[in-house]
Amino acid sequence: MTILMPEPDQAVLARRGEIVAALRKIVPGEGVIDSAAEMVPYESDGLMAYRQPPMVVVLPDTTAQVAKVLRYCHDNGIKVVPRGSGTSLSGGALPLADGVLLGLGKFKRIREIDFDNRAVVVEPGVTNLAISQAVDHAGFYYAPDPSSQIACSIGGNIAENSGGVHCLKYGMTTNNVLGCEIVLITGEIIRVGGKSAETSGYDLMGIITGSEGLLGVITEVTVRILQKPETARALMVGFADVEAAGKCVADVISAGIIPGGMEMMDKPAIHAAEAFVHANYPLDVEALLIIELDGPSVEVDELIQRVEAIARGCGSTTCQISTSEKERLLFWSGRKAAFPAVGRISPDYLCMDGTIPRAQLPLVLRRMKEMSAKYGLGVANVFHAGDGNLHPLILYDANKPGEMDAAEAFGADILRLCVEVGGVLTGEHGVGIEKRDLMPEMFSDIDLNQQQRLKCAFDANGLLNPGKVFPTLHNCAELGRMHVHGGKLAFPDIPRF
Amino acid sequence: METLKVRDAKDVEDAVRAAIAGEQPLEIVGHGSKRLIGQPMATNALLDLSALNAVTAYEPNELIITVQAGAPLADVLSLIDSKNQQFAFEPIDTSLLLGTPAGRGSIGGMIGAGFAGPRRIKAGGARDHLLGAHAVSGFGESFKAGGRVVKNVTGYDVCKLLAGSWGTLAVMTEVTLKVMPRPESERTLVLRGLDDVAANRAMTAALGSPFDVSGAAHLPGSALRTTQAPLGELGAPDQSLTLLRLEGITASAAHRAGSLRAALSSYGPADVIEDAESAAAWAAIRDVAPYAASGPRALWPVWRIVCPPASGGAFGQALARESQGEVFYDWAGGLIWAALPPSKDANARALRQRVDAIGGHAALIRASEELRRAVDVFHPQERGLAALGQRVKHSFDPRDILNRGRMARGPAS
Repeated sequence: MTILMPEPDQAVLARRGEIVAALRKIVPGEGVIDSAAEMVPYESDGLMAYRQPPMVVVLPDTTAQVAKVLRYCHDNGIKVVPRGSGTSLSGGALPLADGVLLGLGKFKRIREIDFDNRAVVVEPGVTNLAISQAVDHAGFYYAPDPSSQIACSIGGNIAENSGGVHCLKYGMTTNNVLGCEIVLITGEIIRVGGKSAETSGYDLMGIITGSEGLLGVITEVTVRILQKPETARALMVGFADVEAAGKCVADVISAGIIPGGMEMMDKPAIHAAEAFVHANYPLDVEALLIIELDGPSVEVDELIQRVEAIARGCGSTTCQISTSEKERLLFWSGRKAAFPAVGRISPDYLCMDGTIPRAQLPLVLRRMKEMSAKYGLGVANVFHAGDGNLHPLILYDANKPGEMDAAEAFGADILRLCVEVGGVLTGEHGVGIEKRDLMPEMFSDIDLNQQQRLKCAFDANGLLNPGKVFPTLHNCAELGRMHVHGGKLAFPDIPRF
Repeated sequence: METLKVRDAKDVEDAVRAAIAGEQPLEIVGHGSKRLIGQPMATNALLDLSALNAVTAYEPNELIITVQAGAPLADVLSLIDSKNQQFAFEPIDTSLLLGTPAGRGSIGGMIGAGFAGPRRIKAGGARDHLLGAHAVSGFGESFKAGGRVVKNVTGYDVCKLLAGSWGTLAVMTEVTLKVMPRPESERTLVLRGLDDVAANRAMTAALGSPFDVSGAAHLPGSALRTTQAPLGELGAPDQSLTLLRLEGITASAAHRAGSLRAALSSYGPADVIEDAESAAAWAAIRDVAPYAASGPRALWPVWRIVCPPASGGAFGQALARESQGEVFYDWAGGLIWAALPPSKDANARALRQRVDAIGGHAALIRASEELRRAVDVFHPQERGLAALGQRVKHSFDPRDILNRGRMARGPAS
């Protein structure tokens, strides 16, 4: 546990009884939870190494209640942590000891399906997969597909700007949402966008998406749905070394082909997955690519041939092409189960999430091997190869003294390496608390101050999800202060006409 | 008016700091090709970015290009075209509509305006292709937003705000954009004689099909009377055109064109045009050729209306009828270009009431300076949303130094 959270406000904690009573007036019945035992399920999210009981849990079921809860917290200086399904892998929904945990789990209705406008209006607690299921009968689906899609909520997807294996071709959450209803910390309810392709004025939907619960609480979402491709087929290609696999990925892209998904696994990940799901993965290769092409059969068949030729040109040692839907899903089964598969071979693992320029892959994997030796911890790699998003899984045992700290240090080194080669700290899991203290690796103080000023435009007192994303908290008055340089002499030393 | 021709980001910082100290708002220009768009500004110096025109890095295999904001769009387009790549959102060239010199326009202007062409329905807008930016805020500080990779959720997605902000938040100095492979070939299905509502239904059906339509436009006869080749030649003057584009590898585009034609057979027979002919038609739609400044509608104010796509046909038909104006449709009905006969407020009041009712918004893109002074150029927002937008603006530019008054009419202008 190396990440420090803001010091709890003792004055707020001293008023806990009064606060719980006030919240009960807003959300009656079982919507307010304050017993220690019942709050246990809310103590952590998908980043399970970190736990913290909240001061109180509130589960409203109307926008009006959300607005009242937020206004009350705003007026009383109480921190609020929003939570969807709690599947964040970066600690975005980790509670605060002196904060209200605001769960949106009761917002479970699909409000409207509008096939003509290719839009679905849902409440934030609806799961990602439930949207696709609700429109499946008409041949539609919602494109972003994070691996947690059975459980993760669409509100959480907006907060994290979630991705998935298909975002190379179909984009991330931000490319697939049209509008939302958001409640600000003041209790003000704002509607942004709708069923139109673009919003008017500044693109606030764009800034809300991926804001990790720091700007407002989403109470309704309008997403864009797409028609399912006619067909999809996959190739499973093995390589004797990672460089060749990396070259294959680059060559496919250079040939003008954007696959629906292009995933890579390294040897430890292949072995773990095969032992778990028996997907007939080749065990004598160093890297395995799963490349999925989707579209009309005539297109898919031709592209499969082109990709196969490219793979052969890159020295592939094995190549299987799916001939049935069953086989395609079998190819994917190992990849989709990679995390739990690694969980079987190691008592604990830490899942990292950096993105790098694709060309840097061989270098990064080589350096990671060196780090693995240095820290004495194993690492298995699954990789959204098409868009350069790495998921190294660092294997450790939390019961062995010092191993968790070593794993975290190893992870931080990997992320620093990602930034060093021109990449970023997180591709789809978010900063949360996990990568918070690494933000200065990528951003200067000026960059971070500008982002925090933006936060001030939404939440001037910093009450929403503090302690996440930003390593240092500044107050808004300080951030907004203008340091005027120089005197009245305008525009010195610039060519003028 | 004084013009400051900046040489680098440091010059931009100095200029903005001096502007703050001297309380002199700046107008930000690349090539000035879109200066006629927006509320007339209350600025008294020009910050000219045209010398920041270098391509910093172009990496076709990474699908990215990094360029300085003043780089000529035309040059960048031909560079990426040489590698069979493109900006998938089809940035529009406003010169035909505004009557400004052809082929001008900078990368920064392309992002600042954020106008996407027909492929927006499939590939998204400018905001979906801006991966990273270096910019100078109204605090006079250089900051970085985003990164140089496609998949990135590190910190707030500030790039989304910069796209479409008309230079009112920050002065972009360098941007990283996503590039995509150019499709091998294209086919366009041409349906004739549909009225606006039927055409809207046909486009809705096409977008609801699995055939991956990348362009869906409808041109009533009125739009064909006012435009030359290629659209004018494609249709008869009194017979509307409905165009549906399919792109991809040749076999696939041809196959899908056939399948879509069969699926839409109840809307009448359809021709198919290919490649160069198809591309020319879509370029004309993208650049609003029917209302060209050199054409018969030169003096008519032009609106850009964005609305839920399935509402477009009925909306546009009623608007044209009641205003005696003309409309045509892109984005399967989700984008309406409307040229209305000159009137005191360019029909703003009546038009916006109607647009509000269907959940859309309308911007007055071409109008005289006098008219743009009298009318809200950009769609007025509900009070809470407008106030939030204003707070966002001030979080970047508290003294209102950058393009003061361009996006909102009010005391500031």
